[in-house]
Amino acid sequence: MKFDAPAGKTIVDDPTVIGKSTRRIDGPRKTTGTAPYAYERHDVVSGQAYGYIVGSAIARGRITAMNLDAARKAPGVIAVIAATETEPVGTSPFNTAPLFGGRDIAHYHQAIACVVAETFEQARAAAALIRTTYDRDAGDYDLAKVKDGAKIAPGWSVPEDIQRNGNFAEAYAAAPVQLDQTYTTPDEAHAMMEPFATIAAWEGDKLTLWTSNQMINWSKRALASILKMPAENIRLDSPFIGGGFGGKLFIRADAVLAALGAKAAGRPVKIAMQRPLMFNNATHRPATIQRVRIGTDADGRILAMGHECWSGNLPGGSAENGAAQTRALYSGPDNLTVSYISRLDLPEGNAMRAPGEAVGHLALEVAMDELAEKLGLDPIEFRLRNEPERMPGDPSKRFSGRHLVECLREGADRFGWSARQSRPASVRDGRWLVGMGVAAGYRGAPITKSAARVSLDNAGRVRVETDMTDIGTGSYTIIAQTAAECIGVPLDQVRVDLGDSRSPVSSGSGGQWGAASSTAGVYAACVELRRMVAEKFGMNADTARFEGGRVVDGKTRRRLAEAGPLSAEGQMDYGDFQNDYDMGTYAGHFAEVGVDAYTGEVRIRRMLAVCDAGRILNPLSARSQVIGAMVMSAGSALMEDLVVDKRFGFFVNHDLAGYEVPVHADIPHQEVVFLDTLDDVISPLKAKGVGELGICGPGAAIANAVYNATGVRVRDYPITLDKLIDKLPDVA
Amino acid sequence: MSDPILPVTRRALLGSSAASVAILTAGEAKAGNVAASAASIRMPVSLTVNGTERLLTLDPRTTLLDALREHLQLTGTKKGCDHGQCGACTVIVNGERINSCLSLAVQHAGDEVTTIEGLGTPDKLHPMQDAFVEHDGYQCGYCTPGQICSSVAMLKEIARGVPSHVTGDLDGEMRATDVEIRERMSGNICRCGAYSNIAAAIADVARG
Repeated sequence: MKFDAPAGKTIVDDPTVIGKSTRRIDGPRKTTGTAPYAYERHDVVSGQAYGYIVGSAIARGRITAMNLDAARKAPGVIAVIAATETEPVGTSPFNTAPLFGGRDIAHYHQAIACVVAETFEQARAAAALIRTTYDRDAGDYDLAKVKDGAKIAPGWSVPEDIQRNGNFAEAYAAAPVQLDQTYTTPDEAHAMMEPFATIAAWEGDKLTLWTSNQMINWSKRALASILKMPAENIRLDSPFIGGGFGGKLFIRADAVLAALGAKAAGRPVKIAMQRPLMFNNATHRPATIQRVRIGTDADGRILAMGHECWSGNLPGGSAENGAAQTRALYSGPDNLTVSYISRLDLPEGNAMRAPGEAVGHLALEVAMDELAEKLGLDPIEFRLRNEPERMPGDPSKRFSGRHLVECLREGADRFGWSARQSRPASVRDGRWLVGMGVAAGYRGAPITKSAARVSLDNAGRVRVETDMTDIGTGSYTIIAQTAAECIGVPLDQVRVDLGDSRSPVSSGSGGQWGAASSTAGVYAACVELRRMVAEKFGMNADTARFEGGRVVDGKTRRRLAEAGPLSAEGQMDYGDFQNDYDMGTYAGHFAEVGVDAYTGEVRIRRMLAVCDAGRILNPLSARSQVIGAMVMSAGSALMEDLVVDKRFGFFVNHDLAGYEVPVHADIPHQEVVFLDTLDDVISPLKAKGVGELGICGPGAAIANAVYNATGVRVRDYPITLDKLIDKLPDVA
Repeated sequence: MSDPILPVTRRALLGSSAASVAILTAGEAKAGNVAASAASIRMPVSLTVNGTERLLTLDPRTTLLDALREHLQLTGTKKGCDHGQCGACTVIVNGERINSCLSLAVQHAGDEVTTIEGLGTPDKLHPMQDAFVEHDGYQCGYCTPGQICSSVAMLKEIARGVPSHVTGDLDGEMRATDVEIRERMSGNICRCGAYSNIAAAIADVARG
């Protein structure tokens, strides 16, 4: 069905299942260890051999020789596939770095071999016997060095990712109050708990991959292009995914090597990429350098807004556009936002949770804090004075639903913002310097076509099948809630099967579009099923009510089960009318920190997010999405940093000990409030995603709180104690 | 580490050449190099897993984690890093939580191992499992079995009076405060960031 005008009356306007806090239907399996992840599918095919990946020891150059003899003779070895003996595999629109094959090396830990053996231990031991020599080329590994030669990056759908209105340079030069600051964010890793993992099995020319992937249909098509085989001969199955955050949007070396290894071995092969390879073999969020210039009048009204962002990537790779949110957040008749890109020979940069916006807030929302202080305004008041009527970067667009002002006001009340001392370093609690910070949050709310099959059996049970994935986001449950609501059955009568490429094609999980898109697709399928049921009962589908396992139309009343078995497919498509709007999600983020007056150690004391994201389908799991994103944002503010070896071109701290992510002790209790809003432009469910909204802003609120606590402004993330300690106020 | 089944004691193994205890197949023996002979060793080990005695014959390089996941097909215990950095592989051995990736299965002859599968089932959840579901103390679910095994054993540590880094009074009564829970659970990374909910779930169980 087509959604080609803002939603009027829908079949979910008075919900009894959606919108209610609901325990996850997959929870009992996840908590008992019975949810099967990719590497664990002992049941699906017999004779699985073990693959072990070898990564390149140089960042750029050529393999001169590989000695594979010892590995091939090692006990238990079934096959060794080596880059030097394999034609480069194909590529896909979803891949930048080469995945396997040939002598050329484009980045450190690029896969160069895979040993397949009877056991994991044998494969690992044999892999260690491979001797490789290289000709190393020089490469560019330092963003600051290559920045000056940068070009404007291509945008998602435009050749150049730049937006300008009026004349920024003139307006900024003439503005009575100016701020011009530069911020840097480091490379970051997804570091999802489950590494890339795949079991591959061939049956003739048909290939099945039990894998861990966020985007089943993208990846099926990509794999067809990479392996140069028809997509219809490929099946992907990914019912449980141990975290992705964008890192599993694409086919990666595990899938390619498992497929090639299984072919070479003549047996199914299972591979989990070793953790130490994950950080350089995989994609990462690229580092940025961001210059923010804001000019205001004396009352704090923005006259000129400029946000320029520089990042680097392998040739053909995308940019990390830290200016993305600036286009939506604040007014200012003269504005310029632009994303520049340079070539770097580091591993491939690609999408990580809220690409662009997550790190963009770390610059923009700190700049807003700095300017508020310069103006002598409360940072919330400064933001309220610059609330736009229309999309600042593209004034042809209206907002589909925007309640940022309410987010900030309600957050201020709940957080006790009025107690904040505007003079930095003026609150002490024992050895702790205490401060509060605020940031606005914006993340786009994209939505895309998504399909599902909904079946009814003759016991009145409903089954939903779609290739949608649940990467921890709660898809299983919100899809079950949607079907239960639309068909009028209890939640426990709904079974949901996800992640199988044989099912109707969904949006997949990415860009925080999954919840809105996939439930709209299920809605479309349910509308079709309702039509079929009504037809079978001789009822009018438009007036029939589906509730409590019964269908009622006027005086006619039938048991739903009597209509089964029936099966309906549906897909939700979207009309061009949405182009008139900016569909976004908004938040007010608040943080309180303590900074050790002696050591500069930063401890987060409290965090609050007030969110505006339309209908919240399952408040329980939506809250989890937001607190989890707040944790990741805290990580990027305070600790996450892929350290580049600028001589040899690789991320040095490539494991979970060296790449620090927040742990239990780093995170306080977090509060999340959802405003009761509906967005009728986005879909009949009027719901938007929240999973990325939560990572847009909390880090800036923490950075601003650190400044408020100490009077020290750190503009190079992460804010580690070494950047604070020699500038802290005197302790005596 | 006494073991009635293992025919080779640890001292004997260390004191003799690898070849003397190796069980070599003819083909592997012919290869004749060190890697080949070392890789051909298989050792029997008996351990009790979730109350059932299990006899395995393993390559001695097999970790307890891989013995569980690959040999016993108890895949509830997760491999996140294989280097003792993430805690996803946490199981309870003789009442203590350990990273099962950091010890070899043959070190555990005679040990009692409890995995996530031994705590409860989908139809009969352990109170901690139920509390995790109730508080949404997980997202992707991959660290979850480790978090749950860790938290069950952690509460017993507090009950036994084992102090932590944040314990203020070593002589006083030890309590499962929020700060204690967060400190003691910090070896279990949750990249989805469910910490707040995990702490709430554990606190619920601790209160009884």
